[in-house]
Amino acid sequence: MSTLFLSKNSCPAVKNILILDSDGKRVAVKYYSDEWPTHSAKLSFEKSLFARTLKSNARTEAEITMFDSNIVIYKFVQDLHFFITGGDDENELVLATVLQGLFDAISLLLRNALDKREALENLDIIFLCFDEVVDHGMILETDANVLAGKVAIQNMDASVTLSEQTISQALATAREHLTKTLLK
Amino acid sequence: MAQPLVKKDDDRDDEADYSPFLGIEKGAVLQEARVFNDPQLDPRRCSQVITKLLYLLNQGETFTKVEATEVFFAVTKLFQSKDIGLRRMVYVMIKELSPSADEVIIVTSSLMKDMTSKTDMYRANAIRVLCRITDGTLLTQIERYLKQAIVDKNPVVASAALVSGIHLLQTNPEIVKRWSNEVQEAVQSRAALVQFHALALLHQIRQNDRLAVNKLVSSLTKGSVRSPLAQCLLIRYTSQVIRESANTQAADRPFYDFLEGCLRHKAEMVIFEAARAITELNCVTTRELTPAITVLQLFLSSSKPVLRFAAVRTLNKVAMTHPMAVTNCNIDMESLISDQNRSIATLAITTLLKTGNESSVDRLMKQITNFMSDIADEFKIVVVEAIRSLCLKFPLKHRSLMNFLSNILREEGGFDYKKAIVDSIVILIRDIPEAKETGLLHLCEFIEDCEFTYLSTQILHFLGIEGPKTSDPSKYIRYIYNRVHLENATVRAAAVSTLAKFGAMVDTLKPRIFVLLRRCLFDNDDEVRDRATLYLNTLGGDGAVVQTGEDVKEFLFGSLDIPLVNLENSLKNYEPSEESFDIYSVPREVKTQPLAEKKAPGKKPTGLGAPPAGPPSTVDAYEKLLSSIPEFANFGKLFKSSAPVELTEAETEYAVNVVKHIFDGHVVFQYNCTNTIPEQLLENVTVIVDASEAEEFAEVASKPLRSLPYDSPGQTFVAFEKPEGTPAIGKFSNMLRFIVKEVDPSTGEAEDDGVEDEYQLEELEVVAADYILKVGVSNFRNAWESMGADCERIDEYGLGPRESLAEAVNAVIDLLGMQPCEGTEVVPNNSRSHTCLLSGVYIGNVKVLVRLQFGLDGPKDVAMKLAVRSEDESVSDAIHEIVASG
Repeated sequence: MSTLFLSKNSCPAVKNILILDSDGKRVAVKYYSDEWPTHSAKLSFEKSLFARTLKSNARTEAEITMFDSNIVIYKFVQDLHFFITGGDDENELVLATVLQGLFDAISLLLRNALDKREALENLDIIFLCFDEVVDHGMILETDANVLAGKVAIQNMDASVTLSEQTISQALATAREHLTKTLLK
Repeated sequence: MAQPLVKKDDDRDDEADYSPFLGIEKGAVLQEARVFNDPQLDPRRCSQVITKLLYLLNQGETFTKVEATEVFFAVTKLFQSKDIGLRRMVYVMIKELSPSADEVIIVTSSLMKDMTSKTDMYRANAIRVLCRITDGTLLTQIERYLKQAIVDKNPVVASAALVSGIHLLQTNPEIVKRWSNEVQEAVQSRAALVQFHALALLHQIRQNDRLAVNKLVSSLTKGSVRSPLAQCLLIRYTSQVIRESANTQAADRPFYDFLEGCLRHKAEMVIFEAARAITELNCVTTRELTPAITVLQLFLSSSKPVLRFAAVRTLNKVAMTHPMAVTNCNIDMESLISDQNRSIATLAITTLLKTGNESSVDRLMKQITNFMSDIADEFKIVVVEAIRSLCLKFPLKHRSLMNFLSNILREEGGFDYKKAIVDSIVILIRDIPEAKETGLLHLCEFIEDCEFTYLSTQILHFLGIEGPKTSDPSKYIRYIYNRVHLENATVRAAAVSTLAKFGAMVDTLKPRIFVLLRRCLFDNDDEVRDRATLYLNTLGGDGAVVQTGEDVKEFLFGSLDIPLVNLENSLKNYEPSEESFDIYSVPREVKTQPLAEKKAPGKKPTGLGAPPAGPPSTVDAYEKLLSSIPEFANFGKLFKSSAPVELTEAETEYAVNVVKHIFDGHVVFQYNCTNTIPEQLLENVTVIVDASEAEEFAEVASKPLRSLPYDSPGQTFVAFEKPEGTPAIGKFSNMLRFIVKEVDPSTGEAEDDGVEDEYQLEELEVVAADYILKVGVSNFRNAWESMGADCERIDEYGLGPRESLAEAVNAVIDLLGMQPCEGTEVVPNNSRSHTCLLSGVYIGNVKVLVRLQFGLDGPKDVAMKLAVRSEDESVSDAIHEIVASG
């Protein structure tokens, strides 16, 4: 598994995806690389990364930094901080695409009310998005609409009407939301 | 999940209450998980409990083995529910729990059922879960389904199977390799991500087959790849093929056109991947670089930070090898200095520093000054290092660059940052003579107000060496003496030493230094007082002003040429007595390592009684070992122990090597023997040495090895007397003699009766090099000058035809057994002449320095001029004799 992160000319690989709150605490995180073997190693990585990026303005465009010989791309919305980490010879734009895909998919699914409270209340959706965007470091899907569609069909259980929705309907709703976001 | 009515920010204190997981507790959630066992499942409730479990795991909570097993079994019950959402959470949960092999069996059938389901989502997820938790045996059962899934018309299913294949390739390569045909078909898929995953897997299957990768690349570069991600992969594979192809002629580099074409792709990630690939080509030409640089330059002014970063980072790398190619971007680069993102700004600065020319330095420095105040220390260090190399490149600009360094030195900063600046100034002082005086003054000013003891002491030490050589040494005294008043004891002691160095080197300053040192005699710290007293005495502070003796200078400026570990050990062993501690008795070699140590330990038979300990490894240990043997106890100080010399071929019945221990009047051979036959026990092992070809040696003692069981190294010794203090040489032939007893391998018992036997070993020589210790000096020129030409002997030798200059140099180094200094043992390729510096200590503790000048005389003939300096003429002559006879 870890060989995915070793050979230089292999696929783009994601080492971790983090969503932290405005105090640097975890909302949801997923590590794919064993570069941070222990819980405390992970926490200290999150802590110093959070402190390092706190002051930057990553709200309109995703920002980027080098951190411990890794590339980290991050984007903030409300009180949520999204991060994605890759190796230092990774194509930055590929990582940015993955982060953007995840970010837009979650925005779509939470109907643009993307903040910490919404995220925690819909944590199942976040976990499913994580599961669909990257599989063990390998990029699985980057298109926000497809991602949202995949998660949506299974998680509209909250309301009876939505659970009856077909895939195409769910996608349509998702697209509608996306256009709204773009037009804003 | 009650929703608070207040929306965000109105009351920050309430924020913590937002969390639906507030006060969540593992025990309670595990209790809740019992709902999974209800006959009437409530999917919504179950989903919530799974989310809570996942939340706990996500926060770093761990389940015990029992808890995990319990949860796992409960979760498997949920396969009964038809609820799609719940099933989806079950899949995620199983992956998080990573069940053990015996648990996996429970879910296998459920997952296999899902894998053949009509619902795409079930198929895709079941494949991913099953492949994650499965082992090889199960894999063969489901292989058929996986192959079908790879070519499934639903892209989600196909991707799931392909990505699982990529992971499985690490553990079960032989199975995944059988899927080549299906994967190849999937590469042609119309779905972007399927194409990406299929290409990744196909390449990994074939990556060790260069021809196959080559074929893959040439067929795909003709253009059937639609997915940007897959295109990026293809670019990576293409540059790999280019790298490995023997043809490095730029003119017809294969596939370059493909890479260049990708620069016009519509996806930015592809454009960037191609541009980066081109810049990383081996021996890339300017013509090839230009199109790549052009697109990167466009990226520099993008509104997206990620794009700017990627471009500037790549250009930064190009600047190291092709600074001229990047100069076109300088204007765009300069505007990035004020970039909001400091990573981008730092990369831009360092790139500019690499590509800048002499005329732009001043302008650049102005811009950097504004920039330095608001970046983090680690970026500042990068900038400082870039400025240092810039200064070495343009020594004429040292004034403004040195000023810049001293300015930032005065500003706030952490230790690493300050150290980087100080190091840079020190390097500039060393390499640019004109910068010396200003640099030293900057350092002086810095220590006036330096919070780091380490840096203060380092600077004081450096001042002590460089300060006295300047035109006006007196101006530094004030700075140094101020330290004695104002600093902590460590810095004060360092300042005292520095003062003493000024006193030793500059005779006119001596009286003033003495006054200052005497004041230090009343310091309240022991070390400071001791140093002051010591220096006053060595410099003759109590009498009239005298010329500083050579030995005093040696004492003050010479470096300690003894390994500190050895010194520490010797001091520990030293017992206070009439005899004072002799620093020359400290062994100097650290590298000796008996071969026996390399052999894998741990398989020693246990039934044969306690095996003797393996031979000791360091010189200290040798010394201890030898002095513990009564026969050798009166031989005096051990001068040198050689590296082990093998006396048997590898893989023989008995492995023997010898270590030569040289004493003043004696030589001891330590034979390390290993018995490699499990069925034998050797007893009474001795080595019979024939010294008929070593006339000056006479055998005085021999210590047999009582018993040598299988695979437990033991030692036997033979000692010889030789004329005292002379480098006697000779050849010795050796015969291993022992009593061999049969051993029953099953019981480990040896028979009572043994047979006497002999085993011929190879010859052993005592050579001149055995009488010379490898002892390095830190500054060969200083040592050479201070040794003086009194006992110098110079002669020239023809070494005859040699394979190469390097071979000749190494032969002479080996012959003399001395320590090469300052890396001069390395001969640059194709050079026609070479100078090699050696240093060592000859028996009798005589320091010897050797300067060897080699020259090629004709195509192969090597001529050598040998200059020897030592403290004793006869030793200088002896060195020449070694070479003459060698």
